[in-house]
Amino acid sequence: MLLIRCPYCEEERPELEFRNAGEAHIARSPNIAGESDDDFEKFFFIRSNPKGIIYERWRHMHGCARFFNAVRDTVSDRFLMTYKAGEPKPVKLPGATK
Amino acid sequence: MSATFRIAGAGRLKQAKIAGFSFDDRPYTGIEGDTLASALLANGVHLVGRSFKYHRPRGFLSAGAEEPNALVEIKRDAARKTPNVRATVQELYDGLTAQSQNRWPSLAFDVGAVSSIASPMLSAGFYYKTFMWPKTAWKNLYEPKIRAAAGLGVAPDQPDPDHYSARFAHCDVLVLGGGAAGIAAALAAAETGARVILADEQAEFGGSLHFESGARIDGQDGFAWAQSAVAKLKSMDNVRVLPRTTAFGYYAQNFVGLVERVSDHLQNPGRDLPRERLWQVRAKRVVLATGAIERHMVFADNDRPGIMLASAARTYLNHYGVAVGRNVGVYTANDSAYAAAIDLKKAGINVAAIVDLRDNPTGPVIDEARALGIEVNFGRAVIRAGGKLRVSSMTVQPKNGGGERTIPVDAILMSAGWTPSVHLFSQSRGKVAFNDETKRFVPGIYAQDCVSVGACNGTDGLSATIDEAYAAGAKAAKDAGSRPAKGTKPKVDAGESWSRGMLGAAPGAGSDTTVKAFVDFQNDVTAKDIRQAVHEGMRSIEHVKRFTTNGMATDQGKTSNMHGLAIAAETLGKPIPQVGLTTFRAPYTPVTFGSIVGHARGPLFDPTRKTAIHPWAERQGAVFEDVGQWKRAWYFPKPGEDIHAAVDRECVTVRKTAGLFDASTLGKIEVVGPDAAKFMELLYTNPWEKLEPGRCRYGIMLREDGFIYDDGVVGRLAPDRFHVTTTTGGAPRVMNHMEDYLQTEFPHLNVWLTSITEQWAVIAVQGPKSRDIIAPLVEGIDMSDEALPHMSVREGRICGVPTRLFRMSFSGERGFEVNVPADYGEAVSEALWAEGQKHGACAYGTESMHVLRAEKGYIIVGQDTDGTVTPNDAGLDWAVGKKKTDFVGIRGMARPDLVAKGRKQLVGLKTRDPKVVLEEGAQIVADPKQAIPMKMIGHVTSSYWSQNCGRSIALGLVAGGRDRTGETLYVPMPNGVIEVEVTGVVFFDEKGERLNG
Repeated sequence: MLLIRCPYCEEERPELEFRNAGEAHIARSPNIAGESDDDFEKFFFIRSNPKGIIYERWRHMHGCARFFNAVRDTVSDRFLMTYKAGEPKPVKLPGATK
Repeated sequence: MSATFRIAGAGRLKQAKIAGFSFDDRPYTGIEGDTLASALLANGVHLVGRSFKYHRPRGFLSAGAEEPNALVEIKRDAARKTPNVRATVQELYDGLTAQSQNRWPSLAFDVGAVSSIASPMLSAGFYYKTFMWPKTAWKNLYEPKIRAAAGLGVAPDQPDPDHYSARFAHCDVLVLGGGAAGIAAALAAAETGARVILADEQAEFGGSLHFESGARIDGQDGFAWAQSAVAKLKSMDNVRVLPRTTAFGYYAQNFVGLVERVSDHLQNPGRDLPRERLWQVRAKRVVLATGAIERHMVFADNDRPGIMLASAARTYLNHYGVAVGRNVGVYTANDSAYAAAIDLKKAGINVAAIVDLRDNPTGPVIDEARALGIEVNFGRAVIRAGGKLRVSSMTVQPKNGGGERTIPVDAILMSAGWTPSVHLFSQSRGKVAFNDETKRFVPGIYAQDCVSVGACNGTDGLSATIDEAYAAGAKAAKDAGSRPAKGTKPKVDAGESWSRGMLGAAPGAGSDTTVKAFVDFQNDVTAKDIRQAVHEGMRSIEHVKRFTTNGMATDQGKTSNMHGLAIAAETLGKPIPQVGLTTFRAPYTPVTFGSIVGHARGPLFDPTRKTAIHPWAERQGAVFEDVGQWKRAWYFPKPGEDIHAAVDRECVTVRKTAGLFDASTLGKIEVVGPDAAKFMELLYTNPWEKLEPGRCRYGIMLREDGFIYDDGVVGRLAPDRFHVTTTTGGAPRVMNHMEDYLQTEFPHLNVWLTSITEQWAVIAVQGPKSRDIIAPLVEGIDMSDEALPHMSVREGRICGVPTRLFRMSFSGERGFEVNVPADYGEAVSEALWAEGQKHGACAYGTESMHVLRAEKGYIIVGQDTDGTVTPNDAGLDWAVGKKKTDFVGIRGMARPDLVAKGRKQLVGLKTRDPKVVLEEGAQIVADPKQAIPMKMIGHVTSSYWSQNCGRSIALGLVAGGRDRTGETLYVPMPNGVIEVEVTGVVFFDEKGERLNG
């Protein structure tokens, strides 16, 4: 079971308290109704599914109930960092393997 | 029967405490402290089981957890039968009852052993090759027969009456393995004040000190030192010592699963003790001190009872005081077997000969064996063992061929060397590295904050082990944040040391098909099987493993993996590291379901949710159904009524007078804030800005893909306050969906969401008399149609308590939903029920609710929709705000396929014969005469008998459904085709006049 640091509660809590919510930094267009089929496909269906660093959303479901973002290495299943929703995608990653 | 193989003066058990037990219904005696294995061996019993595939007679290979052969059933009572218990780890208690397995009619005469005669047919991959033809025979003949013949023990047929507990624990240093290395590491860590947990699978700590007679530490015998060191650890407040506790799984971030066997060793466990306790430990640092496991020699008939690992024979002698034979042979490629021969010889047991595959080994143990007068043969192999139910001889030959010599023996002790137990290290995702010199895989690259010490790290010798472990324990504590302390490292006065050995088949393994030189005893895999797998094209060790099943039994190849790998590598002509090791997986040893399940069974498996009104429904004689975690009143039968009669009566009564229904389980969410209407606009398809306070609207929620996600009536209590209802099952996910958008996509909106499902109890009062029932109890709300029209909501009081009174209908009748704080739910129900009875109202349940709404064509999300239905498909286009520029799903809904012609649409279905009720889920076709498989154009989603309509009614999703109105379609069923007519979805009161009736 993973330990995940909630950036709002500012502590590590067991995975049981959290729920994954898919890839992060996929912004919903303010003009979504006017999007082309291709753009909607990219927004709604296409995910990066990387081997390595993934930016993803989690919710501290059984804690503060906030959604936040995390950087995880899908190879080692290690969390490199977590940060609040709305914050920019971090450029520098602590302890990244690649 | 007296214990004739117990050697006076040998071993550590106190002779005073006798324990009687039975094996296959024969009574025996042992001594307290025995394992079932040592007690049977003391009685001269070696034959304890039959093998999995060939039903070969089997005895004890080991004295520990790696045991592949000696699996028995331990029976406490009819319900407490545990199959496949390793006799080598089952502690003896007075009255223990054990049975052998996988044999019929008896252990000595087993009919299943004919498979041994047929064995040339049963070679590697036999299942894949033999049962190919004819195709139908697999299902009807082969699989049932194989399933009946397969498996070892028999699962108990009664519920497990024992209870199991679970604990979470945190520590600075978790030490796994309580041999010399683990104890030394724990001492070093504990001296710093760090929180330490030390766990070992055995009843007593000491690991290999159980048998290493040559070990002396701090001036004591090694085993005695281990006991005093553990006693010291136990006395420390910062240390938890867990005997009989197996670390079975090593998971992410130093999370380790352990099972403590609390009472399996007790004669009368009592009800207050759990049988097992699951420990889920999160450790800052883990020290792996899991030791090494001795390997057997691979030669013909190496599985005969009486042939065992040299270290096992030493354990039985030095710890349990039991000789495994009177005239033993030794076959080795490693020094450690000499120590066994020496100990046995000194205990007065005849050692017929030591056969050493090595050419010219030298060393003190070899000199000592010779000095004791033991015959030592170098460069020779045991090419076969004689005897069947017990080994009777060993046939020796120079390893490069030559004259054979048969030596009578009653036991053979063997050692091919030691395999470091890297299981947990490997489970931690560490990468092992092969040491070519010592022929061992040892920990290489670490993936977690752990360290391996001692034999599992490939460290040889007691002195080096303690040095390494003590330093590692101190460092682990320091790394976990403890201050260094000045402790005292245990001083090794004398120790044993060996390394090397051999991997793979010895010369006696043979190459022809009749020789059985076992690599994996539990799955009956021979050296020949592995060679054959390679010859048949398996290249990867993972394929060889699966084709032969080597290492795939419950012992997970603890003794067999390295031999199998070496034979495969040799046959492939590749070095071992290039062939690679198979993956180690949890659990290290079998774990009971009980320990994983713990208390989470029966009523504690899943929470049961009951509404505040539940007691009222119980008093009215409700039959309940499970809806998710909820118990919902299903129907209210009167004496003599079945479900059909009750539902018919309830449905008619609601439309004639009125009915009361517990609607409390509906999800309820309060959406509050200055931007509440804006938020509602984005989350629902409908327009909300212009909905006046006090009015309600039926809302549809989509996912971003444009499909219906949920629905429900929403009341606007104030400009900044909406009372949203959701489906019963949808409440948590709708709340999550709303929170997701609010927090991440629309965080600029000033809105607060609160789940109020459990705060408000809801009594639906539906039917022409509903207002008459409610009105006398209500204060402060004008109940007239003008003041409180259909789809409106008012706040006031009922029976003197606050209410949110909704005028709404899920039955098509004039209807109300009375929301009251949950604490008042039962009292208000009773008051409404008393009023209702004056008017002849009934209590009705979910089944009637379903029928009534279907008569009106109201959908149930999740029943009439399935996650691929758009509002248009469901005929709900009217609920989509046409002028809106944004809401969740607005773009998805416009995707080409979602607006294409011919989509499945919700329609009504009337059977040609009004008495026939369709089956929900039944498929619909346009032409019943077409060839099978038919083209299915839809399916029935809801279907009921409607007493109000005097016929059956159904809803279904049909391709191009609305354009087919009036058409005849067909529902093919096993006993004939049912004709249906496509209709509109409303079957009753099409104009909706009764809403105000």
